[in-house]
Amino acid sequence: MIRVVAALSVVLGALALTGCGGGGSKDSSSKNTAAADKTPVTLTFWSPFTARELHVMDAGIAKFHKRYPWITVKSVGAITADKLTASIHAGNPPDVASMFETDNLGAFCNSGAWQDLNHYIDADEFDMNQFPKTIRDYTAYKDKRCALPLLADSYGLYYNKALLAKAGIAAPPKTVDQLAADAKKLTTRNPDGSLEVVGFNPLMGWYENAPVHWGPMWGATWMNGDKSGLADSPGWEEMARWQKKLIDWYGYDNLVRWQASSGDEFSASNAFETGKVAMNLDGEYRIGFIKAEAPKLDFGTAPLPTSKPDLYGTSFVIGTIMGLPKGAKHADAAWLFLKFFSTDETTLAQMSNGLQNIPSTLASLKSTELKYDPRFKTFMNVFANPKSSTQPVLSIGAQNQTLFASFLDKWQAGHVKDEDLPDGIANVDKQINAALEQAGSNVP
Amino acid sequence: VSSAEGVLALTGPAAVARLKAKKRTAWRRRGLVLLLMSPWIVGFTAFFGYPLVSSFFLSFTHYDLLSSPRWVGLANYKFLFEQDQQVWPAVKNTLWLMAFFVPLQVVFAFGVALMLSRARRGIGFFRTVFYLPALAPTVAATLAFVYLLNPATGPVNIVLGHLGIEGPLWFHSPTWSKPSLTLLGLWGVGNLMIIFLAAVIDVPRHLYESSQLDGAGPLQRIRYVTLPSISPVILFAVVIGVIDSLQYFTQAYVAAGVAQGQAASESATNLGYPEDSTLFYPVLLYQQGFRYFNMGYASAMAMLLLVVALAVTLLILRSSRLWVFYQGAGRR
Repeated sequence: MIRVVAALSVVLGALALTGCGGGGSKDSSSKNTAAADKTPVTLTFWSPFTARELHVMDAGIAKFHKRYPWITVKSVGAITADKLTASIHAGNPPDVASMFETDNLGAFCNSGAWQDLNHYIDADEFDMNQFPKTIRDYTAYKDKRCALPLLADSYGLYYNKALLAKAGIAAPPKTVDQLAADAKKLTTRNPDGSLEVVGFNPLMGWYENAPVHWGPMWGATWMNGDKSGLADSPGWEEMARWQKKLIDWYGYDNLVRWQASSGDEFSASNAFETGKVAMNLDGEYRIGFIKAEAPKLDFGTAPLPTSKPDLYGTSFVIGTIMGLPKGAKHADAAWLFLKFFSTDETTLAQMSNGLQNIPSTLASLKSTELKYDPRFKTFMNVFANPKSSTQPVLSIGAQNQTLFASFLDKWQAGHVKDEDLPDGIANVDKQINAALEQAGSNVP
Repeated sequence: VSSAEGVLALTGPAAVARLKAKKRTAWRRRGLVLLLMSPWIVGFTAFFGYPLVSSFFLSFTHYDLLSSPRWVGLANYKFLFEQDQQVWPAVKNTLWLMAFFVPLQVVFAFGVALMLSRARRGIGFFRTVFYLPALAPTVAATLAFVYLLNPATGPVNIVLGHLGIEGPLWFHSPTWSKPSLTLLGLWGVGNLMIIFLAAVIDVPRHLYESSQLDGAGPLQRIRYVTLPSISPVILFAVVIGVIDSLQYFTQAYVAAGVAQGQAASESATNLGYPEDSTLFYPVLLYQQGFRYFNMGYASAMAMLLLVVALAVTLLILRSSRLWVFYQGAGRR
């Protein structure tokens, strides 16, 4: 409840500040060919947002209506990807749709379920370079750009200041070696030998610990051209070995037992919020959760530790996407909507304040409207870093990630022999390539 | 006059008219039968016949749910049998269920039914208590078991700890995840137990009495009287159990997700956690069809499942001639 009130007051406050002059904020450096026709239309917009987040979205929509008074938006929340798929399939889609599952874009784009926006982009001379490269990457499948971003997420290291001070650690780790050393120093055990506080949990699959989030720390990449290239990117093997070494130090069983008691990620019993884990990889949105759920927690944020110094300050970047479904009735008006919500500086800033996500354009990072906790800055910086990376957009969805995670699951449990690691990774490539080929060979 | 009419009625135009009327009545009757059956016919066609035919067709296509299916011939089947490395582990997990879960379920349901049939006092109470878990919604029951069997905070391991035993990792261990699911299944065995109970109670008293006169002990009475008498119910339990285990999904899906905790995005979650030990065939099918937009391939997997289910059921039914007895008919 407090969170809802707080969010509402932020949104209302922001509206009061800017509402009157809403039309004055900067849009992208583009023409507005689609805005020529001013026949009144009602746009339908579907989003996965609910409750508090939907209020923030709707406040933005009110601003959009002020800017384009002839366009009325009917906003529908709590829409899942399945529902969206069914509506497109049935020929009854909304005019604009947004989706949390960025993994789905390849399939949506490849099948034409979301339309290619390139002709609008060309006609309007819409500048895609106002977004960082990561966003340009995760909103397109091959040469089709089927989505624009609706805010973004980046990842960093959260650390518990009190626990670090107690262990005599002056600053958060910058290298993965320091991370491992600090994790050991920060770990405490119960009298029976079980783990009490874990310095850093290296088990994959837990909270945000996934290959896709960890990869950038080792500069590891997914693809080699059109093929899966995990074995061609030495970072993955280094990552796996680093991880296993730390797991062995804790004892795999000990760690699993501790993990089973670590509480749900999205609840007040989150292990970082309760002080059960001293350092943790997480997204920028965690700051909002901590403030609401563990306001007394003394924590700091830093870029993720890396294996090489030149990687420091980079991260994994991803975000909610929105697009124009096949069969949308008011495509021109929908394009105005997409453009507005991916680039309007004031709106982005206000939504960022409300949703605690990163505004998607480089210019909006400097918006004076942004009100953020100083610790949020870490995530804005890594987001803007040109060396940050994202996941590949594939027609097989997240199958590559799942197959790799499944292998790492066996590896971390000690069920893959040390010398078999390279072959194991190469075999994951083989499986991913077979899946890609299976999906691809079916396309005429 | 009347006899002449009678003759006419047998041979003349009146006979034709009567035949016609008869035919009309028959048609009307058929129409009525069809009308009365129509809810079933509509339901069967729409929810069974059509999906079956359409899955069969889709199994020869690439179908991403978003655009029209494209014909690819046997490509999906080729991938299924030759390339997909996840199929065999999924098949093995499903076979495990058939080999361990199904027999245990039958034995457990029978055992409980046997004990309940002997209860002297509180019959209603005990029957209710043993039946009750079957009413719990599957997802809720699974969540409860993941909680009960939590290796660190779960009451089961805490009690074991007090006894000086370090409890296993349950849903977090590839060795224990399937036994944990089995425990969950045995706990919710109420429906089957009720059917067994009805069958056990229905065994004719006189058979027990005469076997007792012949000097049969309690175990012999179960072996030579109870089991043969209820063998049709055992057959039913085995067939239903096998089909259920071939379609085992919800419990595995929920347990893997909850036990693993949050990971990356929902669509990238590792469904078979831990180490693909709960990746049953239907779970893999779901993953392909609904997570990876590979509905053509998922349809091919479903076709294989159908064929296997049919074959296994036929096999069990054939073997039943050797061990199932129907009252009054001896062996079938």
